[in-house]
Amino acid sequence: MIKVEWLYWLIGLVFVVMAVQMAMDRTNPKRWTSAAFWGLLGLTFPYGTGVATGATWTLPAEPLGVAVLALIVLAGFNFIGKGVPVTTTGEQREASAARLGNKLFVPALTIPLVAIVCASFLDESGLFETGKATLIGLGLGCIAALVVGMLVTGERKVSVPVHSGRSMLEAMGSALLLPQLLSVLGSIFAVAGVGTQVGKIVNGVLPDNSKYLAVIAYCVGMFLFTVIMGNAFAAFPVMTAAIGWPVLIQQMHGNEPAILAIGMLAGFSGTLCTPMAANFNIVPASLLELKDQYGPIKAQAPTALALLGCSTVIMALFAF
Amino acid sequence: MIVLLGVLVVILGFVTRRNPVLVVGVAGIATGLLGKMNPQEILAAFGKAFADSRSVTVFAIVLPVIGLLERYGLREQARTLIGKLGRLSAGRFLTVYLLVRQVTAAFGLNNLGGPAQTVRPLVAPMAEAAAERTAGAKLPEKLREKVRSYSASADTVGLFFGEDCFIAIGSILLITGFVNSTYHQELEPTQLALWAVPLAVCAFVIHGARLLLLDKKLEREMALAAAENDLPLPQQPSGQSREESAK
Repeated sequence: MIKVEWLYWLIGLVFVVMAVQMAMDRTNPKRWTSAAFWGLLGLTFPYGTGVATGATWTLPAEPLGVAVLALIVLAGFNFIGKGVPVTTTGEQREASAARLGNKLFVPALTIPLVAIVCASFLDESGLFETGKATLIGLGLGCIAALVVGMLVTGERKVSVPVHSGRSMLEAMGSALLLPQLLSVLGSIFAVAGVGTQVGKIVNGVLPDNSKYLAVIAYCVGMFLFTVIMGNAFAAFPVMTAAIGWPVLIQQMHGNEPAILAIGMLAGFSGTLCTPMAANFNIVPASLLELKDQYGPIKAQAPTALALLGCSTVIMALFAF
Repeated sequence: MIVLLGVLVVILGFVTRRNPVLVVGVAGIATGLLGKMNPQEILAAFGKAFADSRSVTVFAIVLPVIGLLERYGLREQARTLIGKLGRLSAGRFLTVYLLVRQVTAAFGLNNLGGPAQTVRPLVAPMAEAAAERTAGAKLPEKLREKVRSYSASADTVGLFFGEDCFIAIGSILLITGFVNSTYHQELEPTQLALWAVPLAVCAFVIHGARLLLLDKKLEREMALAAAENDLPLPQQPSGQSREESAK
């Protein structure tokens, strides 16, 4: 059975190899600290196998916490830099695109194709760890695509894709770490009781017996809470326990699936607007090499606000 | 109440545009301490949550393949391909992508797109090329950023408001899991997925309309930029491109 942890070890290995390349890259003015950052990040992946929930062999979590703090210091005080990318010139790319044509799309399409086959057809086969078929499929898709890609382009050296990937990694910098750090923050918020406090405040300001105000409070509450936490999944249990269930469903007899499904989507509108959802909003900005890190959020915010309005109206009109 | 100071740290940090990694780190430690955790518990919480969230960094495995293909001209080929697709403007192209992303996500294929897999190597260069062809000139940097931002937005909006129509997606399972265990209900995922459809339609109409309006916005700003003379002069307009701008 293929386990998702194998994929994490592979990613860790890729980061470590890239860190070695960085350490040898004299064009990077901060090559040693950059290598330390990505190397340490790489090592957290296999170590995490022993710390994660449901680990079969356990390691203490504190050393990993120390490593995360070290990563925060390295990234937070600008110790990571980038070298001159090892790549081709514009003309070379044009020429190679003209030579290879649409064959170049084949490896790019291999990734989703393999991922889909794994997630839909092989999910039940027992080949993969239960519930992890999509993630494992993505990993297998990348390996398959790399093989196909090297065949299509005629590239012989395995170090070439690693160098190219490393340049993209260097261009992204610490933005790559942010999604995981925000998950850490979310769980600390949960342990420290931030959610319960916000729920209490919302309950305190909520007027009694007004259906429309309660609907607005639930939808807007989901939206704002998600903006703060960066994740509608963190907001949902709190807001539902505060308003959705006791007020809208029990007291006002709203249609259960309608209220819950629409409430969750009101939270999704919040995800579109917040830098806290770094994997959806900040990572694309850095992958696309945007100067304005908030570019995607600015493009999404008007849509998100309109959709928050739609959620509120649809819930108020059709859920009772 | 005092634990909410951590939230304040985050908001202030992001608003004043401090280094986000530092903001999140400081907010985490501060919240932990205010929530009466001792340093060892905070370290353990950091380590545990970091290990549990490794899946959000999995997309990095895509980078070597995409890097290799970009080195061999994938983005250039994507631009060439859009050139063959007739008169597709940037806005129309992105609207089509939004629809494809929503529909595929609604069938559970939410890994079909993504910022690393599709937006950077394919969607953004295609949208840029389409915008440049419509304008008949290279986009100034500000507008190129705008086209790229909208490309990312089409992917994210399409994913968010498509995936909930699928019954086996995380958010739907979270709702049924939470409600069924906390309140002892027997809620079915299909009932929830059905109620996600109206908002999926709203999302397509609203964001699709805004993507189409992007064409108008680009046209206006290109004219403005041309008037300010900080644009590379348009290439000799061919018969076709003149016809297009008149449309």
